[in-house]
Amino acid sequence: MQQPNKLSPFFENLNFERDDNTMVVNFGPQHPSAHGQLRLVLELDGEQVVKAYPDIGYLHRGIEKMAENMTYNEFLPTTDRLDYIASTSNNYAYALSVERLLGIEVPRRAQVIRTMLLELNRIISHLFFIATHALDVGAMSMFLYAFREREFAMDLMEDYCGARLTHSAVRIGGVPLDIPSDWLANMEKFCSNLEHELEHTYNALLQENRIWKMRLENVGVLSPEDALSWGCSGPMLRGSGIAYDIRKEEPYELYPELDFDVPVSDLNDSYGRYRLYMAEMTQSIRIIRQLMPMYGETEPQLMAHAPQYISAPKEEIMTQNYALMQHFVLVTQGMRPPKGEVYVPTESPKGELGFYIKSEGEPYAYRLKCRAPSFFHTGILQELLVGVYIADVVTIIGTTNIVFGEVDR
Amino acid sequence: MRKYVPKDSVQKKAYYTDRFHVVPSTPREKVDSDPVYAEQLEALAAKVEVKSSRIELNCMVVEINHEDNFKALEVLKEECGYAVLTEMSAVDYLAKDGNFEVFYQMLNLKEVKRMRLVMRIEQGLAVESAVPLYKSANFAEREMFDMFGIVANNHPFMKRILMPDDWEGNPLLKTYPLHGDEFASWYEVDKIFGKDAREAIGPENRDEAKVERYDSKRFSRVGYEVPFGADVNAENETETAIEYSKTFLVDYNKGDTKQLKERK
Amino acid sequence: MAQHQVNYASSGGLPVALTTVDHLVNWGRSNSLWPLTYGLACCAIEMMAAGGSRYDFDRFGTIFRASPRQSDVMILAGTLSKKHAEFARRLYDQMTEPKWVISMGSCANTGGMFNTYSTVQGVDRIIPVDIYLPGCAPRPETLQYALMMLQKKIRKQSANMNKNTKQNLRLI
Repeated sequence: MQQPNKLSPFFENLNFERDDNTMVVNFGPQHPSAHGQLRLVLELDGEQVVKAYPDIGYLHRGIEKMAENMTYNEFLPTTDRLDYIASTSNNYAYALSVERLLGIEVPRRAQVIRTMLLELNRIISHLFFIATHALDVGAMSMFLYAFREREFAMDLMEDYCGARLTHSAVRIGGVPLDIPSDWLANMEKFCSNLEHELEHTYNALLQENRIWKMRLENVGVLSPEDALSWGCSGPMLRGSGIAYDIRKEEPYELYPELDFDVPVSDLNDSYGRYRLYMAEMTQSIRIIRQLMPMYGETEPQLMAHAPQYISAPKEEIMTQNYALMQHFVLVTQGMRPPKGEVYVPTESPKGELGFYIKSEGEPYAYRLKCRAPSFFHTGILQELLVGVYIADVVTIIGTTNIVFGEVDR
Repeated sequence: MRKYVPKDSVQKKAYYTDRFHVVPSTPREKVDSDPVYAEQLEALAAKVEVKSSRIELNCMVVEINHEDNFKALEVLKEECGYAVLTEMSAVDYLAKDGNFEVFYQMLNLKEVKRMRLVMRIEQGLAVESAVPLYKSANFAEREMFDMFGIVANNHPFMKRILMPDDWEGNPLLKTYPLHGDEFASWYEVDKIFGKDAREAIGPENRDEAKVERYDSKRFSRVGYEVPFGADVNAENETETAIEYSKTFLVDYNKGDTKQLKERK
Repeated sequence: MAQHQVNYASSGGLPVALTTVDHLVNWGRSNSLWPLTYGLACCAIEMMAAGGSRYDFDRFGTIFRASPRQSDVMILAGTLSKKHAEFARRLYDQMTEPKWVISMGSCANTGGMFNTYSTVQGVDRIIPVDIYLPGCAPRPETLQYALMMLQKKIRKQSANMNKNTKQNLRLI
């Protein structure tokens, strides 16, 4: 029995069959391979796309408006919901911007933990990419394998911060917790397991798979000039032959001390990007392996010492009067950063994630702009989809690796 | 007396500010301190009028007149090597200075330099679109138009991007409340069921701490469970013992169980 | 609940099970709940994890369908924005009877942390909801539990959906 409502048929004002022999097809906003809530209006000539118009905003939640009405610490858990596949990289990008604005240094142990979490999140995100991309293209078993490994990575995140998806594992000024006792051993186990699986399962299943190559090679070709012009970053930029990794070029955290390679592909197509994601996971494992011995050499301090902005550790709050007063002021009123503006880029799994923060010296940010990589990667679709066959549309959406929490904010 | 709330900015304000609180500023340097930036600024100043410049937190900030934005971007792209327009948007200063600040965040990949081109523009004026130079401005300018109402001239498709086409108001203006205005609060009801359904559905609950006492449709109140949709008000409210789910619990206290007189 | 196991010894070696039509139909309905893949935001990732290898939803007879025409239950996983609300209603209308709705996560239940201009403050303003699943984001186990509760609910109902008007077909 239908409920009464006044919704009319959707395409009453659009002609399906037009004089120029093209047909308009609506894709989304609820489509299993739209990676969320992407709506595409495709103009088709036979099976070829003549015109593509990405329509976004179906997950617009007003996060930037929320940031203007929340204190800096209050806003941090909201950043989890931007790129919800790798939450910690959002927390980190936001925390880093605020730290640069405040001008505080993070203790070394916190840096080690943060870098480890960032790389673990990169692995989680890349595994998710492989899983969904392969599922969309038709390799169903890849989804099951990649989700199996991803669950182990999620277990590690859960052991650290208690949450599977929305971590809030990085705070402004450091990290809230030290890592549990057997965490590093588990991490090593996970790394060796993933390394084995990457080589023996994933590569064996996909890398030279004839169908996989046919579906991906020369699909979604993005020239280096276009990649720059469209503001691409991360794997989309490196997949077009431009070796620009913010971790290497504009180093932050512990990355200058670490030894890792930046994989670049000059194939410019989806297959090159897929190879890039696989290579990046190997590099992340390499980084985590280097960080593990570093952890033991650090002092146990976890949060920066900046009483004007950051609460003291719990023991001090409970024992010292002044620390308690500061904590009270910081919780009830929020920190007041200096007047000024800051933009700090970080290399999130998807690309360049940065927060532009304009502060007027108030506890509420005057303006916060989240520079989300997926937003700009969605823009490419209107050019990348033109001329391809309709079966390749899903491949191209998959290869851009867009997440709608981040696109629409 | 009711507290005065300014009409031109509904952003949340600090409820208490120390009388002696002095707002510090982030460290700012002159552009001369960095030779690469100085050279780029010189090239820019040769073509357009530079109102002010500084280096703030590893990023050069250059302020120009809003009429010159396309020319300045052209110089930055062709001569200074800023190949990527990372981000562009606006900041609402209508309440303070009566204008918007539009910023372009740029990246030079070769020399690894970032800069921000800043300009002030009055409400109602339009900026020149940067799409011919940077395609990434396509979505970014549409978002700026959506959120602030600043139009970009010569943009290929100037239309709302995040909000629906029939939306009223520009959400990121300081005059726009966080919880939305009257139009926003009824948007989905009006669209799906029509205005007549407003009364049946009721207004949105924007208070996180609110518990509707006589709401028998959404979440039942512990100790006052009633059938779904039952009409409850203060008169016929009856307290019943808390009922636990019977689905998992075995009730051994049922009256109809048979008690054997003697063991068989 | 219908008795599935037949005691061959006591029923004379004949595989006979006695049941009512209600029980039989509800048994079928509750054990083959096909949800619509309606992932909206973060909760969709947990919904996918629930369908993935570790949590394995298929053993409940729950197989995700991409079309509303083939699905019985709509798992609304994530934030419903005002722009999307219309489509949620369209998809709900397109589902065939009988149909149920699970609202997964705080955002779908009440708007959650997104108390902003562009978020629908609870999907029950748009479509009737059977199970509210709290959490941000709820773990896959929680989704499994919600589905089991929905199965319990279905088994208690009458197979004739017209009799369930009061419970089932709620106008908001």
